[in-house]
Amino acid sequence: MTVDRHRRRALASGAALLAAAALGAGVAARGAERVIHVSARRFAYTPNRIELKVGEPVVFELVTEDIVMGFSIPDFKMRSDIVPGKTMRVPLTPDRAGTFIFLCDIFCGEGHENMNGQLVVS
Amino acid sequence: MKIDRRQFLKLSAAGGGAVFASSLAGCAGMAAGGRDFYFVQLSDAHWGFNGPAVNPDARGTLPKAVAAVNALPIEPDFVFFTGDLTHTTDDPIERRKRMGEFKEIASGLKNKNVRFIPGEHDASLDHGKAWMEFFGETHYSFDHKGVHFVAVDNVSDPAARIGDEQLAWLAADLARQPRDARIVVFTHRPLFDLAPQWDWATRDGAQAIAILEPFQNVTVFYGHIHQENHHMTGHIAHHSAKSLIFPLPAPGSQPKREPVKWDASQPYRGLGFREVQAEKQGPKYAIAEMPVVKS
Ligand SMILES: [Cu+2]
Ligand SMILES: [Fe+2]
Repeated sequence: MTVDRHRRRALASGAALLAAAALGAGVAARGAERVIHVSARRFAYTPNRIELKVGEPVVFELVTEDIVMGFSIPDFKMRSDIVPGKTMRVPLTPDRAGTFIFLCDIFCGEGHENMNGQLVVS
Repeated sequence: MKIDRRQFLKLSAAGGGAVFASSLAGCAGMAAGGRDFYFVQLSDAHWGFNGPAVNPDARGTLPKAVAAVNALPIEPDFVFFTGDLTHTTDDPIERRKRMGEFKEIASGLKNKNVRFIPGEHDASLDHGKAWMEFFGETHYSFDHKGVHFVAVDNVSDPAARIGDEQLAWLAADLARQPRDARIVVFTHRPLFDLAPQWDWATRDGAQAIAILEPFQNVTVFYGHIHQENHHMTGHIAHHSAKSLIFPLPAPGSQPKREPVKWDASQPYRGLGFREVQAEKQGPKYAIAEMPVVKS
């Protein structure tokens, strides 16, 4: 179990460096985990499409440009509030492939129901 | 016509779309005598919504529903609106205008025993402030002919939480009921995780279900998802109602949760209200889905 996790981490950090080099802005390697910056504002996320690899640990760094928002990926039972003036850090290691919805789960106004994005795990 | 309610419950337990097309109110003698009664559930009127491709009669549908309820051959004991009375707006003045107009239209109901709870469109942007100005408390309980009704607010918190305070109130309210009491819960969002990807959930809904769990006869009627859905969590039945503005697709049936487009060949399709008949004894309810406009 422990060995397995170590191996995965080693593999993941290699992949993270490659991914960071390939994607440039918005993605940076820090330690073992790839960091994914997501910025929220009424009523959108930037980016609204995020690509991950199965078993690759990442950390979401979440900020909001205006009011309190939520960031929720129900399929991975992961969520966080995003509070103005703060950077929220949330880890995730997707354990399966697919296309998943992430959404704002704090009602934020007229466009709230369309405030969502896609997480593509391959 | 005699409706086999046992069969209905079996159907709903199996998750099927248990629907009686006939009007319960048309059943002669149904509401007469005893403690049998029925009530009407209306939901998701979204007064103020504007989207002709989805509902070109957005200002006409609610009045038609009111007229349809008024035309029922037997008057229901009461009428209950399970939230999203108005469509959300960022403008607090417009919000109150919509609520005033909604209230005016709802006052056209012949039945004067009308109760409301808010939906997230009504209450989530100001913690229910405007809604309470027009409609009063957002959670409460009442008794009617041997059934204990509880209205639970899972929308005034924009994060879709019932909240510890209200959960404590719920537990205290139910503590006065015997374990075999007939309990009906009204709420806006599903208390269980129907489709959290589409925001069809209540963050702390599991806690409410845990409080309800010890009671043997619990049925939940809710709205929010703009379609019928019948679901069991253990022995607790959950029934969602249709909307009075636009239907939404079945949970997870397509990538995006988008309103179902208006079909001119079948206007008002998927919209409607329901009648719920409580039996003289036991926890059984017969549900009849009614269209806004008779075809
Ligand atoms: Cu709703
Ligand atoms: Fe609604």
